[in-house]
Amino acid sequence: MVFDGEAAASLVKEMRLSFNSGKTRSYEWRISQVNAFLKMVVEQEDQIIEALRSDLAKPPLETVVYEIGMFKNSCEVILKELKQWMTPEKAKTSITTFPSSAEIVPEPLVLSLDPVVGAIAAGNAVVLKPSEISPASSALLAKLLAEYMDNSCVRVVEGAVDETTALLQQKWDKILYTGNGKVGRIVMAAAAKHLTPVTARRIISGKWGCNNGQACISPDYVITTKDFAPKLVDALKVELENCFGKNPLESVDLSRIVSSNHFARLTKFLDDDKVSGKIVYGGEKDESKLRIAPTLLLDVPRDSLIMTEEIFGPLLPIITVNKLEESFDFINEGTKPLAAYLFTNDNKFKEEFVKNVSAGGLLINDTVLHLVVHSLPFGGVGESGMGAYHGKFSFDAFTHRKAVLYRGFTGDASLRYPPYTDTKQKTMKALVAGDVTGVVRALFGWS
Amino acid sequence: MKSLCLHPLLAPSSALVGRKVFANHLTTKCFPKQLRFHSRYVVVSSYSSSSATLSAESEVDKKQVFDGDEAALLVRELRNNFDSGKTKSYEWRISQLQAISKMLEEKENEIIDALHKDVSKPRLEAYITEVFQAKTSCNEALQELKHWMKPEKVSTSITTFPSSAEIVSEPLGVVLIISTWNFPFSLSLDPVIGAISAGNTVVLKPSEIAPATSSLLANFLETYLDNSAVRVVEGAVPETTALLDQKWDKILYTGSARVGRIVMAAAAKHLTPVILELGGKCPAVVDSNINLQVTARRIIAGKWACNSGQACISVDYIITRKDFAPTLIAALKEELENFFGKDPIESKDMSRIVSPTQFARLVKLLDEDKASDKIVLGGQRDEKKLKIAPTILLDVPEEAMVMQEEIFGPILPIITVDNIEDSYGIIKSRPKPLAAYLFTNNEQLKKDYVDKISSGGMLINDAVVHVVATRGLPFGGVEESGMGCYHGKFSFDSFSHKKAVLYKGFDSDPDIRYPPYTPEKAKMLRAILDGNIFAIILALLGWSK
Repeated sequence: MVFDGEAAASLVKEMRLSFNSGKTRSYEWRISQVNAFLKMVVEQEDQIIEALRSDLAKPPLETVVYEIGMFKNSCEVILKELKQWMTPEKAKTSITTFPSSAEIVPEPLVLSLDPVVGAIAAGNAVVLKPSEISPASSALLAKLLAEYMDNSCVRVVEGAVDETTALLQQKWDKILYTGNGKVGRIVMAAAAKHLTPVTARRIISGKWGCNNGQACISPDYVITTKDFAPKLVDALKVELENCFGKNPLESVDLSRIVSSNHFARLTKFLDDDKVSGKIVYGGEKDESKLRIAPTLLLDVPRDSLIMTEEIFGPLLPIITVNKLEESFDFINEGTKPLAAYLFTNDNKFKEEFVKNVSAGGLLINDTVLHLVVHSLPFGGVGESGMGAYHGKFSFDAFTHRKAVLYRGFTGDASLRYPPYTDTKQKTMKALVAGDVTGVVRALFGWS
Repeated sequence: MKSLCLHPLLAPSSALVGRKVFANHLTTKCFPKQLRFHSRYVVVSSYSSSSATLSAESEVDKKQVFDGDEAALLVRELRNNFDSGKTKSYEWRISQLQAISKMLEEKENEIIDALHKDVSKPRLEAYITEVFQAKTSCNEALQELKHWMKPEKVSTSITTFPSSAEIVSEPLGVVLIISTWNFPFSLSLDPVIGAISAGNTVVLKPSEIAPATSSLLANFLETYLDNSAVRVVEGAVPETTALLDQKWDKILYTGSARVGRIVMAAAAKHLTPVILELGGKCPAVVDSNINLQVTARRIIAGKWACNSGQACISVDYIITRKDFAPTLIAALKEELENFFGKDPIESKDMSRIVSPTQFARLVKLLDEDKASDKIVLGGQRDEKKLKIAPTILLDVPEEAMVMQEEIFGPILPIITVDNIEDSYGIIKSRPKPLAAYLFTNNEQLKKDYVDKISSGGMLINDAVVHVVATRGLPFGGVEESGMGCYHGKFSFDSFSHKKAVLYKGFDSDPDIRYPPYTPEKAKMLRAILDGNIFAIILALLGWSK
């Protein structure tokens, strides 16, 4: 059956009816769905690992840690905190509206596994459109969500451009989109000698240990000083071999490139004239297996193709500068990235970095990990995105915070109302200015 | 409907000079691209024309045209100034807020005069809803800014041990604020205060439909504030279009849903996030279990004493029980006379309708067959004075125009139901409004209403005041009534980027994180992720280096 505009419209209508019935609003329903998710990822762990291996040759450990582990964490945070999140937030009121009490009442926006569970926690009905570029995962999500979740309120639509377009033509109350857009990432490194291996390993873990560089927060490129660059390159070489062996194309601990389109795109970066001679490690590829080895490039020109586009793959250019302070300008010249990283022990430098570099999120002395801290919002700024989610931020993102002010009928001074006499004016002005003396004076006709 | 620059101004007695009149005149039912073309064409022709009727425009000829190039230059300049870092400091922000405070003190009379000129706003109403509102905003920012600017420390867990984390608020950059005509002063200054307190540079585009306030804002903001960071661009559709073509870091728009869509589409090209403060039909449900006199007075205060109903949060229509309606109407009649006298059109305590176009629109609503025989009070109008008397309609049919669009004027339909609970269905059949009101002493009814009705904000037993000078509540809509919010700390947050920062040290770098992935590493990692202390111990014991 073709999923076209009509199908999309009737899906949304059905979701909206379900939402309007009120069932997604109850705490019990939301908890039941989050528990269903947990059950699903525990019982189906093997299937999930298999689907990701099929789509990306993703090492099982990466799946367990980054995909399943993080998602379980999200669910657990919600189970623990949801009651509190759902409680209306009392707000202060002021003298002008005394007596009154105010609160912010969270209510769900109707009508996408982390964003989906966030939307559910906020009491919404959700439609998830997974990426068709990972077909095994997409099919698995469709199957499992249909099996485990309340189908009247949680649905999956598989497909590509046509289906997405049909969905986008409908009226949604919120859309969360993850994907294309310029999401550059930067790494800076200025670690002291004995800490270099740690820095190298952490860069490797955030780059090649993370879907082989195909992650929105993978370090895209590194900036370091001309002096330090050779040491960094050596350390990276050593640690890369420790992690993936002498023949990385054969390593089972390295994901493959997701599709031949992306393989071709990445190959183009390497074939660019401007970077020939700059490859200092790796560069091997296997088109039949869609594999590219971890590759380091040193001192590529700033106008080379690889430096003008988001890489999203296992190629790591290293840019060198004379003084590390120059890196701020370099980063700020580009569009704001989703994440920016700094490796240093220099506290002053850390301060300057946090102050001057704008990005979705920053991480000092490691890569990617800030994603797992649920108390931190995950989102971009400028070209790297808008809005944020994770933890309570997910709940808030899919919620309308309704301001509610309660008043009683007592305390109704006629000086609010027309006809506006001079006395009323003076008293009112004094009252709203919190000027008690002024109020008294005006009331007694003394001003 | 609060369309600002896209509403035509047709009156020959309009205070606006020719160029703006012509630009607006052609904007009725066009799409933005055509609008731009028409406006530009007219501007060119007015330059070359020597006809007598365009004599007023010769003054305009001398003024420079604010077009795409001008807008691009302006944004570039402000961006450079932002990049210099000066607006980020606490000192700079405080200096600007203090300057605004000073301006509000020193220029109070001029501001109230301008508001009176633009919409005949009564002086006390102007003071409370505009000047005082701005003062409160400014004072709150002055008091709280240090606290707002502090990074928020957040907790971390064993998965990233050892580490510390915080959320740092940083300014977005260059912000555009497009304001409107009904509260032309506070709806301009309030967002500007928010943008400045968050450390941004700002361009304000006030509404040309309130020209006295627009030029006052241009004049005063230039005099009191730092021009390298805060600017005002006056004008109508061409100027707004030129501004919207640029890349901003955030846009706040107050106005109609129709224009809101245009703003959002323009912003989408640059991935610019937006705050849209729109409108809707704000209902007031009136129960019989109330204090009748206070209820009547507060409804009047939230309708006719609030810019003559021309406010996005005015009570648009009332729903009450059939058998209670006569009582309510009688109370409203009595209090209306207390407030505005026997001849309300003569009362100086009531604003006029802003323009002949709006006047014509409202008269059309009243004169429609379906509505005209439902008038139980008022209906009088004076076209010269642009005033319409407080008018109540009883039981207009749903299909009447007055029940189909946002009224934004001094006409109040009362819809009756058999049971008060029937009001939920009526309200929910319409797009979500910016505000919803309920008058009752019944606690269960209050609870149900808050639970069942979705709106930007809600107020029980009063109208409008939840927005004026109330700290701690966000002001914003939902669905058709808008997105995003501001006021107080919500302003600061809305104009900031909340940057997540995680700090780690170099100690404690266990091998288990890194390839090659062994089954032992997997066990350990799972145990840590599960926060399962026993599993961790077991793994440690089973795993030897």
